[in-house]
Amino acid sequence: MEFLNDNFFIIALTFGVYYAAKKLQAYTGWVILNPILVAILVLIGFLKVTGISYESYSKGASIIDFWLKPAIVALGVPLYLQLKSIKRQLVPLLVSQLVGCVIGIVSVVLTAKWLGASKEIIVSLAPKSVTTPIAMEVTQSLGGIPSLTAAIVVIVGLFGAVCGFKLLQVGRVKSPIAQGLSMGTASHAVGTSKAMEYGRKYGAYASLGLILNGLLTAILAPIVLHLMGIV
Amino acid sequence: MVKQCTILFGCLAVGDFLVWLTGIKLPGSIIGMLLLTAILQMGWIKLEWIKGFSDFLVSNLGFFFVPPGVALMLYFDVIAAEFWPIVIATVVSTILVLVVTGHVHQWVRKYGIPKR
Repeated sequence: MEFLNDNFFIIALTFGVYYAAKKLQAYTGWVILNPILVAILVLIGFLKVTGISYESYSKGASIIDFWLKPAIVALGVPLYLQLKSIKRQLVPLLVSQLVGCVIGIVSVVLTAKWLGASKEIIVSLAPKSVTTPIAMEVTQSLGGIPSLTAAIVVIVGLFGAVCGFKLLQVGRVKSPIAQGLSMGTASHAVGTSKAMEYGRKYGAYASLGLILNGLLTAILAPIVLHLMGIV
Repeated sequence: MVKQCTILFGCLAVGDFLVWLTGIKLPGSIIGMLLLTAILQMGWIKLEWIKGFSDFLVSNLGFFFVPPGVALMLYFDVIAAEFWPIVIATVVSTILVLVVTGHVHQWVRKYGIPKR
């Protein structure tokens, strides 16, 4: 079984599982079968069954998540392409981002507190809507568990990608710009990747939501948590 | 390809450098994204120079999340210990952010700030 720890095997496996998951969604057309979600679950199942440790998996797979940072930089291109339209509606964008950011922090903290979560968990949940590096940084500085935040951020992203557009439809958010923006604001880069499938414009505004909510959360989360008496 | 990588990784490196230099608590990749937008806007680089590679990365963004997502298996017990508070708070808050952000944006755009 030594071979199962081979880096190239792990890379090929990850590509293969994701490819199959994409085919599966294309074939069934079911939103719930989000290829990222399916690939993660299948891979976790595979590791559990074969007894490969997460450490040896991540050694091989690190070459894949290495591309995450360059890919986030590449979001600068769709952002540039929408710059004119962004400038035209700077005020609506900033106001909705500010409200979205504060609502996100306050609602997750209040709900978790009401349900009896411990302080560490509450703090780790607070920056859940933003991209992993920012979220972990915020949690770290406030005394939460950064690795738990990273896990929650992935869950939030998947939830947004799977249910986001449906929820926006039910919630009667109709304009493509508002939809894209909401996806990026609520569920960071995973939501943005979903928005990208709908079109460049959706993707660009999702990137904008991802950036602005990231910046605002980094600045506001400590203040909001302090005002709420959590930290 | 080499040119495209130079630009993209250049932005990332400068982003990381700025973070190191100023100590701001933001990821270098976000600064890199803003830098890329800025140099495109200022015309220092042409869109065609970067488009092929950036399109490839952006359209496969989701795939790069698979390995970090597999790390979920390490936190099953932490999440299981406070499963319902975590799940309910996450779902409720994410729905609120989605719908409220969208509505505020639509509303301000429609009724908005009166023009001077």
